[in-house]
Amino acid sequence: MGCGVTKSSQFHKHSGKAIRAAVLIQRWYRQYVARMELRRRYTWHIFQSIEYSGEQAQIKLYNFLGYLMDNFTPASNERNLISHIFRENEVCRDAEWERYFCYKNIEVPEIYSGPHLIFPLTVEQAVGLVEAFRNKKQLHSRYVLQLLLETWRRLRVLPNINRISTCHSKEITICGDLHGQLEDLLLIFYKNGMPSLEKPYLFNGDFVDRGKDSIEILLILFSFMIVYPSDVYLNRGNHEDHIVNLRYGFTKEVLTKYKLHGKRILKLLQKIFSWLPLATVIDQKVLVLHGGISDTTDLGVLSRVDRHNYVSALRPPKKKHISSTRTSIDSDMDEDVWGANKLFQRRASFTFPRPLVTRGGFHNRSLQDFSDRIRVVVVEDELEVRRRRQSAFISGNSRPENEGTPIASTDSVNSDNTREEWKQILDLLWSDPMTLDGCMPNEVRGGGCYWGPDVTEDFLNRHNLQLIIRSHECKQEGYEFCHNRKVLTLFSASNYYDVGSNRGAYVKLGPDLVPYMIQYQATSMTRELTVRQSVGRTERSALKVLREQLFAHRSDLICAFKKFDSTNAGLVSLNDWAAAVESVMHLGLPWRMMRGQLVTCKTSDGTVDYHDWFNELAIKGPNTDHIDQSLLETLYRHRSTLETIFRIVDTDNSGFISHEDFRQTWKLLSVYLKMEITDEAISDLAVTIDSNQDGSIDIDEFMEAFRLTDKKSRLERGRSMFMGTAPDLTKLEEDPSI
Amino acid sequence: MCTRRSERLSTRSTTRPTAPWTSGELVRRQAAQEIGTIIYSLGCFPSQKDLHDFIAKVEEDHTGYIHLDKFLPAMTKVLQEHKFPPISEDLLLQAFEALDKEKKDYLDPEELTKYMTQEGEPFTQEEMEEMLTALADHRNQIHYKDVVSQMTIKPDK
Repeated sequence: MGCGVTKSSQFHKHSGKAIRAAVLIQRWYRQYVARMELRRRYTWHIFQSIEYSGEQAQIKLYNFLGYLMDNFTPASNERNLISHIFRENEVCRDAEWERYFCYKNIEVPEIYSGPHLIFPLTVEQAVGLVEAFRNKKQLHSRYVLQLLLETWRRLRVLPNINRISTCHSKEITICGDLHGQLEDLLLIFYKNGMPSLEKPYLFNGDFVDRGKDSIEILLILFSFMIVYPSDVYLNRGNHEDHIVNLRYGFTKEVLTKYKLHGKRILKLLQKIFSWLPLATVIDQKVLVLHGGISDTTDLGVLSRVDRHNYVSALRPPKKKHISSTRTSIDSDMDEDVWGANKLFQRRASFTFPRPLVTRGGFHNRSLQDFSDRIRVVVVEDELEVRRRRQSAFISGNSRPENEGTPIASTDSVNSDNTREEWKQILDLLWSDPMTLDGCMPNEVRGGGCYWGPDVTEDFLNRHNLQLIIRSHECKQEGYEFCHNRKVLTLFSASNYYDVGSNRGAYVKLGPDLVPYMIQYQATSMTRELTVRQSVGRTERSALKVLREQLFAHRSDLICAFKKFDSTNAGLVSLNDWAAAVESVMHLGLPWRMMRGQLVTCKTSDGTVDYHDWFNELAIKGPNTDHIDQSLLETLYRHRSTLETIFRIVDTDNSGFISHEDFRQTWKLLSVYLKMEITDEAISDLAVTIDSNQDGSIDIDEFMEAFRLTDKKSRLERGRSMFMGTAPDLTKLEEDPSI
Repeated sequence: MCTRRSERLSTRSTTRPTAPWTSGELVRRQAAQEIGTIIYSLGCFPSQKDLHDFIAKVEEDHTGYIHLDKFLPAMTKVLQEHKFPPISEDLLLQAFEALDKEKKDYLDPEELTKYMTQEGEPFTQEEMEEMLTALADHRNQIHYKDVVSQMTIKPDK
């Protein structure tokens, strides 16, 4: 409401009519703003819920693949398709490691126009790197490897929890998620200055994925960390994880930009990610970490874990058992060992200890089915391992050994400890705050917890802290306080969901430990949009994505509608439509309110003709008429998962997979989804895509061919959450010199 | 409590736990702003005074809390009685014309600002800035005829 303003004599000349007009306009405008606000909120909700369900899907997929690993016979073909992503780095000698990543024989050609690095790295070179990337240069793989090796050396000696202080009135600058958006990092450096002795920085995780310049951001952050080891700090985020990277674009980005050495770079990064510190404490009072806490988070425990054992936070570290093959970081060598046996395994097919589905019933059930079986298998495994160990022991030692208890008990103690540690790390990287008191599993994302204000209060008291700064969630203003201002969420990737969707922010913290926020928004894409325009645009983008989702759930939706349509007239009331849609989609959106945007086919009496509606939503692909309808639907619904599996299967990262592997991939998917997909249907698909009939399928072409373009928004370039990767990557030109 | 025994991570699609919107639960809101948003989005056009009167009726003793049991019947009544009817395009146009003293078919930002911030139920500086960003074109003029036709709601379909 306005403050009192002294009116000049002029005002008394305003007619009553003008005043009434002003009042009317004010009323109208406030109404308009409120409507926009509501639209903004549900747009946001659409993007966020789809984003989180994508993360959940990735975890589901990973669990599923893990299940397959545990159940397939070691010799099976299918296991080979996916086993390499589980072959995480064992601890090994430095010499071996450095040999594998030797960059010395990589030559930098004359025509290379990017930056050259000479070690030891200097400030000028770090700054030069920023400039080079600003000018769209790419760093040569030789220098990348050198830089990464140096980074790894530095990270190894850091503790799990950095402890820093704002002494001598130095302010520390804290940044949240960047997600490969180089523009935002450049904007921050522009506004705030680059890292230096007087300008310490702390980056709070999620440097990679989704944006198109993830590797450049990493290289910049690493070089500054090398040059200013006491003034640049990095915390690990949940996206510093090779399993997550498979789906969200970082893996693809590296392999596209570095065709020849990308695989090695990724392998080295796996190691580096696992060595990133988990959290930072400033002046013993402010805790900075990526996700959050749970009611069991204990900084003491966290400071003692061997963090590098958690290459991916999604899987607990393997229990060490005595095995006959030598563990090796050289996956190429392992592949040779497998390869030799491949000839004898061609006949192997999917075998399960028990059939997963009965022949008649193909409907989606929850993943609970897996977990029952998993427990059984794991127990058997452990017994098997103990037996083997027993016999090895007995044959190697003269001392008589009792069967069972001593070894069993150490085993169980170790595994409990491991689980406890794993949970601590998972919570730290994946949790989100909620407004309710208490603590519960974060089922929307699939990992970590939701924690409440009481948990924050308790945690801060226990550890004698006063503030938690975390990231992990996109916020419209770039930051948001919660839990009585004891928790601050900080997000530094502006325009994250779409142009104009949100600002980014960074925090400055001085010795008084009062956070001071600075906001910004990268605007190179378009000129400054008005409130109206930016909401409208983001909304259109979100609705496009939502329509894709709705179309992809067509069969389930029709089933749900039929339940309300007893006379089978093809019509449902508006209320029933909304209820049915929510029961299938589980997105918690105000469907009734959005009906006008989603259903445009006119109905006179407030009913919806749902068959017409699907025609309206219909997606037109290239020549898809001969392809089975339900297969097509599966494809749209699980596009991202399918693409992820392709990338896993494409072991040499060529971007091509053979027909045989393509077939195997679909079989994997069919098991995962518990759907029957005939060989014939798969062949039809393959034929559609392999236009030159040379026996191999271009993954990108395949995914591109089935990219959704509905009639309404073919011209829209909104970022589809399904893609998970920046569409511009397909336009990147291959530079053979790099 | 949050203890995970299984090795696998749980997956179930639910939305984030929030205070459930059920009868009998207190919904913590910043009364003026949030209730206003709700009422506006239901197609009503109350003035600020109307809003404050409404909130005073449904609020729990100036605590800033609004009980759903009170809100629902009051809101239903407002809708049934068409208490805060929408402003028609014609009326809005007339209002703008009344402010356009020189009859030039557009308003300068200064003109509009003067009225919006000093008459009736004045805008805050923030509201004013936002309005100018939304309504002014590249010539920094508010061509109200265009604005009005783009921004009025059509009667509900």
